[in-house]
Amino acid sequence: MAITREEVLHVARLARLALSDDEAGRLGGQLSAILDYVKQLDRLDTRDVVPTSHAVEMGTPMRDDVVEPFGDREALLANAPDRHNDCFRVPRIIED
Amino acid sequence: MANVPVHEWTLLEAARKVREKEISSRELTGALLARIGALDPKVRAYITVLPEAAAAQAAECDEEQAKGVLRGPFHGVPIGLKDIFCTRGVRTTCGSRILHHFNPPYDAFVTEKVLGAGAVLLGKHNMDEFAMGSSTETSFFGPTRNPWDLSRIPGGSSGGTAAAVAAGMCFAGVGTDTGGSIRQPASLCGVVGVKPTYGRVSRYGMIAFASSLDQGGPIARTVADAAALLGVIAGYDRRDSTCVDMPVPDYLAAAERSVKGFRVGLPKEYFEGEGLSPEVRAAVEKALKALTDQGAVVVEVSLPHTSFALSTYYLIAPAEASSNLARYDGVRYGHRAEGVSGLIEMMSRTRAEGFGDEVKRRVMIGTYALSAGYYDAFYGKAQKVRTLIRDDFNKAFESADVLLTPTAPTPAFRLGEKTGDPLTMYLSDIYTIPCNLAGIPGISVPCGFSADGLPIGAQLLSNSFREETLFTAAGAVERALPLRRVAPLEG
Amino acid sequence: MAFETVIGLEVHAQLSTRSKIFCACSTAFGAAPNGNTCPVCTGMPGVLPVLNRKAVEYTIRTALATSCAVQRRSVFARKNYFYPDLPKAYQISQYELPIALGGHVDIDVGGETKRIGITRIHMEEDAGKLVHEGEFAGAQASLADLNRCSVPLMEIVSEPDMRTPEEGGAYLRRLHDILVYLGVCDGNMEEGSFRCDANVSVRPAGQEAFGTKVELKNMNSYRNVEKALEYEIRRQVELIEDGGEVVQETRLWDANAAVTVSMRRKEEAHDYRYFPDPDLLPLIVDDSLVEELRATIPEMPAEKIARLERQYGIPRYDAGILASTRTLADFFEASAAIYGANPKTTANECVHWKDAVLAGTLSPETIAHAVEDRERGTISATASKKLVELVLSTGKPFRALRDEQGLTQVSDASALDLLVDKVMAASPKEVDAYRAGKAGLLSFFVGQVMKESRGKANPKVVQEVLKRKLDGGTSTGEKL
Repeated sequence: MAITREEVLHVARLARLALSDDEAGRLGGQLSAILDYVKQLDRLDTRDVVPTSHAVEMGTPMRDDVVEPFGDREALLANAPDRHNDCFRVPRIIED
Repeated sequence: MANVPVHEWTLLEAARKVREKEISSRELTGALLARIGALDPKVRAYITVLPEAAAAQAAECDEEQAKGVLRGPFHGVPIGLKDIFCTRGVRTTCGSRILHHFNPPYDAFVTEKVLGAGAVLLGKHNMDEFAMGSSTETSFFGPTRNPWDLSRIPGGSSGGTAAAVAAGMCFAGVGTDTGGSIRQPASLCGVVGVKPTYGRVSRYGMIAFASSLDQGGPIARTVADAAALLGVIAGYDRRDSTCVDMPVPDYLAAAERSVKGFRVGLPKEYFEGEGLSPEVRAAVEKALKALTDQGAVVVEVSLPHTSFALSTYYLIAPAEASSNLARYDGVRYGHRAEGVSGLIEMMSRTRAEGFGDEVKRRVMIGTYALSAGYYDAFYGKAQKVRTLIRDDFNKAFESADVLLTPTAPTPAFRLGEKTGDPLTMYLSDIYTIPCNLAGIPGISVPCGFSADGLPIGAQLLSNSFREETLFTAAGAVERALPLRRVAPLEG
Repeated sequence: MAFETVIGLEVHAQLSTRSKIFCACSTAFGAAPNGNTCPVCTGMPGVLPVLNRKAVEYTIRTALATSCAVQRRSVFARKNYFYPDLPKAYQISQYELPIALGGHVDIDVGGETKRIGITRIHMEEDAGKLVHEGEFAGAQASLADLNRCSVPLMEIVSEPDMRTPEEGGAYLRRLHDILVYLGVCDGNMEEGSFRCDANVSVRPAGQEAFGTKVELKNMNSYRNVEKALEYEIRRQVELIEDGGEVVQETRLWDANAAVTVSMRRKEEAHDYRYFPDPDLLPLIVDDSLVEELRATIPEMPAEKIARLERQYGIPRYDAGILASTRTLADFFEASAAIYGANPKTTANECVHWKDAVLAGTLSPETIAHAVEDRERGTISATASKKLVELVLSTGKPFRALRDEQGLTQVSDASALDLLVDKVMAASPKEVDAYRAGKAGLLSFFVGQVMKESRGKANPKVVQEVLKRKLDGGTSTGEKL
């Protein structure tokens, strides 16, 4: 199934991946091939099958409402590419 | 024993010798660091080596031991960790440019356990970027080589760990397995690799690829080593909601037990394909004979949905990955693109620059499979087929205690041989993927060599939380087929 | 053409747990930027969420108090989108399988009760704050403070059952009171712990199909919600009447200009790509937990208002004000328990001194004594007010202060006889003038008696005695 160039660019935008024209073309071809392959699943009748949405069969564990501070803010900020006043600084969104 | 070089000792032997003061941790660690220095420029199993820190840890271990304090079963023994486990204060890259300067302020659960057992951390092993790959060729840091033949791949994504273990550059390591990433490289490098039951080992601090499939597990040179290491890293962690609170059995004892009466299932679908090399088939048959010679019986089983496993996996794993990798947006840590105008451009170029091709491919497939209008046909459908695959195994385990299959369809292929076509690469995982989808545990144990001297492994699968069965069966294979476990590589 | 309005409201309430929903960081307001964060809520590599039980309990109690069906199995889902205040680039929420479905809230509008349906309630985590550097629009950068990330939120979605902005306001206020009564949320719209978005559409009266709906955001008070709704309804009606079509979009309320403005973000109908979060297992709630929590639900506002009205015979309006805060209602009842002969007066007093009641500086006993003394005529209304103020400033008991200050007034008619006679005798001209028809002079006499008594006479009784003597007597003040 051919995934169109528009679809490739749309998905890339959803995924925040800047693609060159070349890459978009190449990726489009590879994605089409993979999606073609996986379409084999259509051969299976799964109407009455319950999806495996969770790998473990039990209820989610819960924790008590107790505060445990991490205690090292500097460590959390230390990897920041750009920081200012203990905040993470990022470029503004440009409104087109 | 006295003539066996230090780097060829097993994990348990090394631990015993340190404990009994036949060798100091300093000497042990020094020996391995020297070997890494000599060999790793060729093998490239390590992304980060920690000579000073390791030496300091080793010294500390020796001091503690002098005072009669032993931290745990691996006191003073040097090991390595796949660079997917966060290690506080030590850069953790996940094989990616986007994290190549990331310094985590916390340890993974696995890291805590291994260090808590007294081990010395030699360094962080190379891996396919974000664990996406079967050859360690997608690493930003360049590929790792198979120690048995440096022109070949070691397998992936835990190729660095498997290679390091096989080259005697650590006594054992911990890797991760999402679709075969521990078992397949273990098979290709002639060592033992275990993917535990999903939920057996906490995923806290283990950088996520596909959350419902990922598991951390041991890679070591013997079944007993792997059993001992799993015994250390298994266990409950309240920081991981998907990890199961169950007691950890004595895996080491299990490795000694007899397979008499074991029903060994051979899933017929795994032996039918043309992709299975005759040498691999022959070697796996030897493993089977090893089991039947020791009292196991063969049963034929069928896993009818096997041929759909690859498709199921290549929808579910990328979908989860696309969401797990969205946090790498250049805001709080990791690589950030420069010279951008505006937020969207910053994020898009950061990720374009920071991710390699395979990661981009999977993020795109995953995003597509979850997107509006396609969810039911792709992701939703795959989740249903996953149920069918799991049901296949449940049924098979009614008549078999353990399943025996090849781990990989061929021995190690050459670097660059399969990078041209993604689908071809994906086919390396056909035998290992189904087990991740079902959540059951699997082990790869060496069972032979190809005519070219390349290792071949056999895979054993058991039902959930029956790792003991795997160790018993694998131990039996190992005892019957003693094979060289350290590649003949010299500096 | 007549138009009908259709309004649905979505409320996001911050749950007042101590720690966040998926990690153990504090939720306390006012911390230094990024001071209440950890690797989990800042989305670092390899971290995982663990659910806060209290957040679940608070949500279940809310569901029960609004008559929702608590789902025994619900699922957390990832809502995927990129934004700097969203560290994981997905928000953990609930999508197809929320924790509660199908409830209602009853509101009082225009003297009538109306039932507003609740479609669903689900749990999710809050995002951080993005502040634009500097105050000027030309700022090139934004600053992300992630303290608020992962604070627990409850999203409550109403059915599109409201037909006027007034109903919208009433629904919000009632929902707010319910949440505050339960103690699950502090309900502060200005500070953002209680947020409201609206969906508004109009349709020709009588038409069954809904018109195109517009989402309204950025309304940070009840008044602003009502004003925004009023404006938007007018805008849509005018647009249609001018031959235009309402566009489905999100509009922001601009409180300064008093208009709604289109967000006009190019493209991006968001595709959130929801799927069940594999890091969290399904939320399983058993019957015993539900029943245990049901037992902890106090009397809710609607019931309390009805009961106060019935039990104390006070007007519904007054009951409504008392019930707006549980503390106030409880105070009222405690006070009425001490002296309950004049509940309407007690109610008025409670409302008058509301701030002190809520601050906890006033006791029910004080008000009970104040009301009793006034009703018995022991003190005047003015004295009562002054005494309560003194109680607040000195902390001494009411009656002790009353006696200390000598504020007891004389209410005994016979005791006032002498004073009245004295005053009448001192102002014979005025007596004659009054008896000749100048009824207005009564207040002159009252004033004189008050002066003579140095303010201690009960003016009501003084007036009665005066009238009796003035009306019934001769111009010489002859006693009757």
